[in-house]
Amino acid sequence: MQNTQDSKLHTQARRIRKDELAARNYRLAASFPLFLLLIMVVGFFLRTQPLLEHSSVWEILSGMQWRPSAGEFGLLTFISGTLSVTLLALLLAAPLCMLTSLFLVEYAKRRALTAILPAIDLLAGIPSVVYGVWGLLVIVPLVPQISSFVQPWLGSIPLFAANNPTGYSILSGGIVLAVMISPIIISVSIEVLRSVPDGLRHGSLALGATRWQTIKKVVLPRAMPGLIAAIVMGLSRAFGETLAVMMVVGNTPLIPRSIFDPGYPLTALIANNYGEMMSIPLYDSALMGAALLLLVIVIIFNLGAALVLIRANRRAQV
Amino acid sequence: MKKRWTLAHLEDRAMRTIMQLASLVLVGVLAAILVTIFIRGLPFLDLDLITKTPQGGFFLGGEGGILNAIVGSLLLAGGGTLLALFISLPIAFGINVYTGASRLASLLRMALDVLWGIPSLVYGAFGFTIMIAFGMRASLGAGILVLTLLQIPIMVRSMDEVMRMVPSELSQAAYSLGATRLEAAWSVLVRQALPGLVTAVLLAFGRGIGDAASVLFTAGFSDRIPTSLASPSASLPLAVFFQLGSPFPEVRGNGYATALVLTVLILFISMLSRFLARRLSRNVIR
Amino acid sequence: METQIKIRDLNVYYNKVHALKDINLDLPRGQITVIVGPSGCGKSTLLKTLNRFHDLADDTQVTGHVELDGVDLYAPDVEVTEVRTKVGLIAQRPFPLPMSIFENVAYGMRIHKLARGKELRDKVKHYLEVAGLWDEVKGRLNTPARDLSIGQQQRLCLARGLAVEPEVILGDEPTSSLDPISAKFIEERLEELKKDYTVVLVSHVLRQARHLADYLVFMYLGEVVEAGPAEQVLNAPKNDRTRAYLQGEFY
Repeated sequence: MQNTQDSKLHTQARRIRKDELAARNYRLAASFPLFLLLIMVVGFFLRTQPLLEHSSVWEILSGMQWRPSAGEFGLLTFISGTLSVTLLALLLAAPLCMLTSLFLVEYAKRRALTAILPAIDLLAGIPSVVYGVWGLLVIVPLVPQISSFVQPWLGSIPLFAANNPTGYSILSGGIVLAVMISPIIISVSIEVLRSVPDGLRHGSLALGATRWQTIKKVVLPRAMPGLIAAIVMGLSRAFGETLAVMMVVGNTPLIPRSIFDPGYPLTALIANNYGEMMSIPLYDSALMGAALLLLVIVIIFNLGAALVLIRANRRAQV
Repeated sequence: MKKRWTLAHLEDRAMRTIMQLASLVLVGVLAAILVTIFIRGLPFLDLDLITKTPQGGFFLGGEGGILNAIVGSLLLAGGGTLLALFISLPIAFGINVYTGASRLASLLRMALDVLWGIPSLVYGAFGFTIMIAFGMRASLGAGILVLTLLQIPIMVRSMDEVMRMVPSELSQAAYSLGATRLEAAWSVLVRQALPGLVTAVLLAFGRGIGDAASVLFTAGFSDRIPTSLASPSASLPLAVFFQLGSPFPEVRGNGYATALVLTVLILFISMLSRFLARRLSRNVIR
Repeated sequence: METQIKIRDLNVYYNKVHALKDINLDLPRGQITVIVGPSGCGKSTLLKTLNRFHDLADDTQVTGHVELDGVDLYAPDVEVTEVRTKVGLIAQRPFPLPMSIFENVAYGMRIHKLARGKELRDKVKHYLEVAGLWDEVKGRLNTPARDLSIGQQQRLCLARGLAVEPEVILGDEPTSSLDPISAKFIEERLEELKKDYTVVLVSHVLRQARHLADYLVFMYLGEVVEAGPAEQVLNAPKNDRTRAYLQGEFY
């Protein structure tokens, strides 16, 4: 009797020791993401250091000249390429995705939603290079036609001027990215909209409000932070995309003036040149600086979105 | 109470129509992508393409196939997923079981979200600098390591979401029977969250197969199937990319076919994940 | 007794489930009708036919007629938002809209352009008074409505519903999520309101039915078993099932 009691206690002590050991290890493991993030930022920063000793941050960010052999590493051309492609993608994708998610959740039949949702998730998983292939096959040939179609009306506006006979353009990049990120945005937005309690909708509808009034005044204010987060998620995907953009955007190191001009995003710069980056002094440092820039901007995006969400959650504890 | 066309009703009708159109356009375009890939890829798809490695001058229109890229991608993503799984599960446990709903947990979740948002190219560049620092060459092993880093946030965050969905009453039931946190985690949490965990792993696997920018730097490209972790490895997305850069229509056609193979592979993984999630959710308490 | 709501041959199907079977009822004007019955008998389903809330679910089918003052609510040329303006609803759980206390009450009036400016402010005050909430919130009209207690929220929802000037007020167990004191408060409001409105309540609390009802409807398995003046149904039920229910034999 005494013996079984003892062994029971012994087992229990062992179990508790094991749990405490696990607690320590698992907590340690959990800190890995923070650690990784820190290492990445510090690592890129250290690699950029030689360039920063050579020229100032401002010179790099605002410099238009990219001549590694002459020691000039201005990134403005590439920054403008990245920004214009991302902005275009955002302008195309955000309204379409918001309208589509709202339609599917608020107006369409439940059955339509449950049928489309798996397809959307499936599309969100398609590799970006496939979207690039589609862009190459469909969008690049289409863009010159769009260009000549709008020239009679908009040709005098610099933003729509046709200086580029090919379809390899900012617009192509923007369209491909917009289509690529839309399954992600829709999928998250639908989840956000579905988390708005039906009781709120019913409260408004019971007063004789139309569907749209209910969406405008009740659903959207409530869902807005989540929808913004969904768009930011898509935005950072578009921002950091490499291959799909490289395939259609032209990769010409000029600052684009018109949506039909080619551009040269930061990601394409890194991907195209990493092979020879050890051959010229400071070249590697400049490319790593470009990567650091991407990293920092994505971190800012995400922290911003997280702040919006946290604040909204604090406010929306209904 | 007769129907009247007030401004509010006109607005409702108009918005509804606009939304319907937007949905049709977007869903149509997305469907058109799949159709395009199938139509352009199918004519070039044959048995040789998926069972042979590139022979001499494959990229100039020569004989051969993309078996190197298929095997390479599976090895890269498989290795990465396996490693990431071993690292992610403890992280997810650490966040869910041992830090609870504390401030630290939300900080960790935020870090993971940031990591998820970091472009794969940046992961690639990061891996590349480390490789250079250690004097390594582009290789299967290096590619696997970088994919692991890329997959960890995806896996942990998805696992974390499913674990959070597990009602706390279930763990409490285990605690009330005298289980320690570790025992409760492995017996209740893993079992209840199993379908979600499998989905998380397959999601990360799919991302690993589809990712190009990270392996571009680290795994390199090779016409041969890798024989060791130290030899460079081809991958499907890069095979697509390189073939499409060719001036030969025949090679570009092979590129479309390769894109089709990649798409089908991803669709298969996605459906497998759905199927497994349904199969495994039999023991789940709702 | 003057009939305001006339229900004829009403049937409701959820998918293939026949939820309401051949309902025929005449509900009196200016009185409180209470619908009672065991859970799952179709009380709420019947209530939702009165403001066409079944339109919101795409797997629900309604056949038959519901007439309000001689107008068939289900006629094809009837505007559903008008129906819901005339027939207000207080839900089981209060759902204040994501805006301030003032805006919650003003919401319906703004939508229907019933008032603006000073008139709007006066009306908001008036309806908050009717709901018995004014004194508690007059100093913080611009604070978010969700900061109110759940009992106050339900009264806010009442004020919000009254503000669009309905003729009928539906209540889907409006006191079931409230504490006893708040519940009593709402009951008192409803008793006062029957001066100006027709009230139709669903309740599973017999005490409430005995206390409030002028007219009582007893339902069982999707059918109306007995309906009539409350006195008569409560004291001298004609049907055995009604008697059993009133004696607390099944819920």
